[in-house]
Amino acid sequence: MKTQKVYLYNSIFKAIVFFFALVTVLSVILIGVFMIVNGGPSIAKVGLKDFLLGKVWNSANEPPQYGILAFIVSSFYSTFFTVLIAVPISILVALAIGQLMPKGLGTVIRAIISLLAGIPSVIYGFLGIIFIVPLVQKVFNLSSGLTMFSSVIVLIVMTLPTIISVSETSINAVDKGYMDAAFALGVRKEYALFTIVLPAAKSGIMAAVLLGVGRAIGETMAVMMVAGNIPQMPSMLKPVRFLTTAIVTEMSYATEQTRGVLIGIGLVLFVFIFIINSIFHFFIKKAGAVNG
Amino acid sequence: MANTTYEKRIRPGVIAVRALIYTVTAAVVALVVAIIAFLIVKGLPYINWEFLSKAPSRLDETYGIAPMIINTLYIVLLSLIVSIPLGIGTALYLAEYSKPGKVISAIRFAIEILAGIPSIVYGLFGLAFFINALKAGSSGGSMIAGALTCTLIVLPTMIRTTEEALLQVNPSYREAAFSLGASKLHIIRTVLLPCALPGIVVAIILSIGRIVSESAALLYTAGVDYTMPANLVKHVAEPGAGLTVQLYLYATEGGSPDWVPYAMAAVLMILVFIINLSANIIAGLFKKKVSIN
Repeated sequence: MKTQKVYLYNSIFKAIVFFFALVTVLSVILIGVFMIVNGGPSIAKVGLKDFLLGKVWNSANEPPQYGILAFIVSSFYSTFFTVLIAVPISILVALAIGQLMPKGLGTVIRAIISLLAGIPSVIYGFLGIIFIVPLVQKVFNLSSGLTMFSSVIVLIVMTLPTIISVSETSINAVDKGYMDAAFALGVRKEYALFTIVLPAAKSGIMAAVLLGVGRAIGETMAVMMVAGNIPQMPSMLKPVRFLTTAIVTEMSYATEQTRGVLIGIGLVLFVFIFIINSIFHFFIKKAGAVNG
Repeated sequence: MANTTYEKRIRPGVIAVRALIYTVTAAVVALVVAIIAFLIVKGLPYINWEFLSKAPSRLDETYGIAPMIINTLYIVLLSLIVSIPLGIGTALYLAEYSKPGKVISAIRFAIEILAGIPSIVYGLFGLAFFINALKAGSSGGSMIAGALTCTLIVLPTMIRTTEEALLQVNPSYREAAFSLGASKLHIIRTVLLPCALPGIVVAIILSIGRIVSESAALLYTAGVDYTMPANLVKHVAEPGAGLTVQLYLYATEGGSPDWVPYAMAAVLMILVFIINLSANIIAGLFKKKVSIN
């Protein structure tokens, strides 16, 4: 009798935790379906081609124009430059912390840099408003410092901790035997790091880059505060609007129709993140195969 | 000697590489320290009891942040009530019950996707689903809608960190208990969860940090309102801005003296700092404990 009861409790508990685990899957499906059901018809009404490739966004026009090409290009443009600058910096820092510095110093610096990851987006945006925007305005002699350039600077700082920590993990996971072999041949450590360790950690670093790309594309509030928020094709010293900020800007006063289109923009973001994640998975698997 | 010519030939390059790496690292560290020091130094002098305990009022010209602190805490607590059982349950399933297969891959992939979805997409979903479809609270946002949206956001952190903690528990404990005839549930309750507790606490602290710094997902789900909630129970269906959202509004739309955003930023930085530090300390102690085992 007692055994039966124990068996019953165990089965019930197992069923409960299984259900909890399924909630994650259900949430993803729910989010996906909800975005498609709410955003899909609006996209269809605008026409997929006019939506994705349309150059003009003017939701207040009659009839409204819902082309988001400028947002897509702006998001990729800023992400590209962010990653272009953040990745080399991150790799150098990761090498310093994980490979060159004494262990204690490395730990301290790692902890300090990880603080960056905890700082709320709005504080980055606030700092951008105080420092970067006036500086950019002065240096480039613009009427306003709210530009793509300011957003890229903010994004670089925000993506650093992610890219540093993931690339450091993959750099430290490289088989120590490679380095020993190099030393035995009389190769300098600094030389070996760039010619042996970095190439061996390539897949892990790619995964770090993709994680940085995901963060940069998805960042909203910080860039909202410094990008100037004007829907036009991007240029470094012009105000721009991104996919994420397009949603925030108009959500509060959107008409029914515009709201559907904004959810459509969310859907586009969701698809981008899905693709980035899939590639990320591919590299993680590859990194595991190399190091494991 | 051959050796010395070799050294002479290679040294300038080596020094340059080292100098480059250390300069870049020092610059990044200096940047972090400068950001933190600047915010604390600029904001700290304005933080006093009145600032922490009063609501903003145009009439009295006070700029307290008590309602925002309450809203942030409200959302954190409400969200933890849902996300702790969900997160720990899922982690237990993944670490203890699951067998490799399609279901497990689907769950892991779903966690990956949840972790990658940008806050603003969660905000959009929360607004469309919790507020417009389920009518959870007022149409201008509610604590419950904000908290449920945050639950989705912290689930990946909660699950991954807890699972890691469970996997670190010495397998011989589990085996010893099994050999004594204990059931799985009994082992989870008496061996695994107590042993993994510090790791689970870290998971919870990290989740709190995530919610405290969240803004994009809360702007349209929890809404914006800086008045003091009259009734904490009814407040669950009412909108309210947390610290981050209100800081965003002050910084972009004004409506406050210049010092207010600085003081709010300092409060947020101190909160984030405490959260980070405690997570690090507990994680460090846990690692030591596990390695002794």
